[in-house]
Amino acid sequence: MQVNEYKPKIVAFCCNWCSYAGADLAGSNRLSYPAEVKVIRVPCSCRVNPMFILRAFQRGADGVILCGCHPGDCHYTSGNYYTRRRMALLFSMLDYLGIEKERTRVEWVSAAEGAKFAATMNDFVQTVTALGENKRLEDLRCKK
Amino acid sequence: MQKITRDALIEKAQTLLDSGVVTRVLGWKKGDFDYDVTPALFTDIESMKKDFVFGDFCGANFSKYLLKETKKIGVEGKVLVFLKSCDTYSFNQLLTEHRFDREKVYAVGIPCDGMVDVNKIKAIVGDGIVSIDDSAEVIKVETLYDGVKELNKADILLERCANCKSRKHVAYDELMGEDGEVIDSNRFDEVEKLEKMSADERFAFWQNELSRCIRCNACRDVCPACTCEKCVFNNPNSGVENKAAANSFEEQMFHIIRAFHVAGRCTDCGECSRVCPQHIPLHLLNRKFIKDINSFYGDYQAGETVGSRAPLTNFTKEDLEPSEAVNREDK
Repeated sequence: MQVNEYKPKIVAFCCNWCSYAGADLAGSNRLSYPAEVKVIRVPCSCRVNPMFILRAFQRGADGVILCGCHPGDCHYTSGNYYTRRRMALLFSMLDYLGIEKERTRVEWVSAAEGAKFAATMNDFVQTVTALGENKRLEDLRCKK
Repeated sequence: MQKITRDALIEKAQTLLDSGVVTRVLGWKKGDFDYDVTPALFTDIESMKKDFVFGDFCGANFSKYLLKETKKIGVEGKVLVFLKSCDTYSFNQLLTEHRFDREKVYAVGIPCDGMVDVNKIKAIVGDGIVSIDDSAEVIKVETLYDGVKELNKADILLERCANCKSRKHVAYDELMGEDGEVIDSNRFDEVEKLEKMSADERFAFWQNELSRCIRCNACRDVCPACTCEKCVFNNPNSGVENKAAANSFEEQMFHIIRAFHVAGRCTDCGECSRVCPQHIPLHLLNRKFIKDINSFYGDYQAGETVGSRAPLTNFTKEDLEPSEAVNREDK
């Protein structure tokens, strides 16, 4: 008998210089992480506008994770410092509106940390799976 | 405090117009009723004597009007603008962002002891307001059905005035009356009350408030910090344009992003809540950001000085992590 298991939709914004390469390394090292994670490459973590995150939720994502270079290692010197401030405020605001704070996360993953990338994604998917479907932030009109 | 009268303002405008310092005046004009005062531009003293009003319903902040006014082509001379203390913060913030030419503006600071919220009056006296006499501390409201009712001004102040943060003018060319002080207000009390609720309660609270939103964009249009010429919400490809909302997230997203776009630049002038036709307490979103910024990155008051660096365009190497921000005990 076929059982329809709930699989969350996860969007991972990865910076081109560190985290995307980290994801690549996880692949080359044959470390596995769930296929539910859809990686979107961005030039820098600070390219991620808060609207991208809300838009992802609106269109049916169950969790959004943002990965960038470690603070101090940004390819553009200071991009991730701005990300850090923006996301601290945005996540705090989402929490204020009563949205589960486990659905959003920021992680710093360098190009050498394939193992960390895989572990982070495994952990995040597990957390979001436990939370279940995103009902509070979806918009039925945007779901295809 | 010395009460500034309509006549004093007209006299000031006349002096400045006659001496050629200014060529036009941004002021408040009477609407259909005593309480729906609207902003207007006066170019001569006669029209000003006829239509200009100054009273307890002159809440409108003129700072944003200066953007258009100073960019007019073929118009010579300065524009005279009357600024209440809270308006001067927006004025400075716009100057910081180089949004208008200071040389084309003549700012007169006027003292303010709070503006009145007509919705609070309506809640007390009901419908059918014929006229409102706001010349004294006790406000007389004449209604169709109940005759004249007297209300205490302190009970019907606008939310932002009841929690006034500063009576000090931070920008002006000339000040009428005496300057006030920065006030240690309780404006974050409501935010703290919400923070203490559980996540489900907060969600229910905001669902209730934001689902009333009709997306009229009044909060965006009036906001002196929202000055983009092209707004992200005027996007025909968003997938949600011209369709009735199936659930309320679009409104939530609008309000989160609206507040986020002014985070660190919002002076807490309270115009958004004042103009909201659905009475959504939008200031609670802005104040949450202000409160977070103050506690995460140190106290910051947008518009206090010209040229200060907004917290979101700044950083330190020791800033806290987003995960710490949402898990703090003392927030």
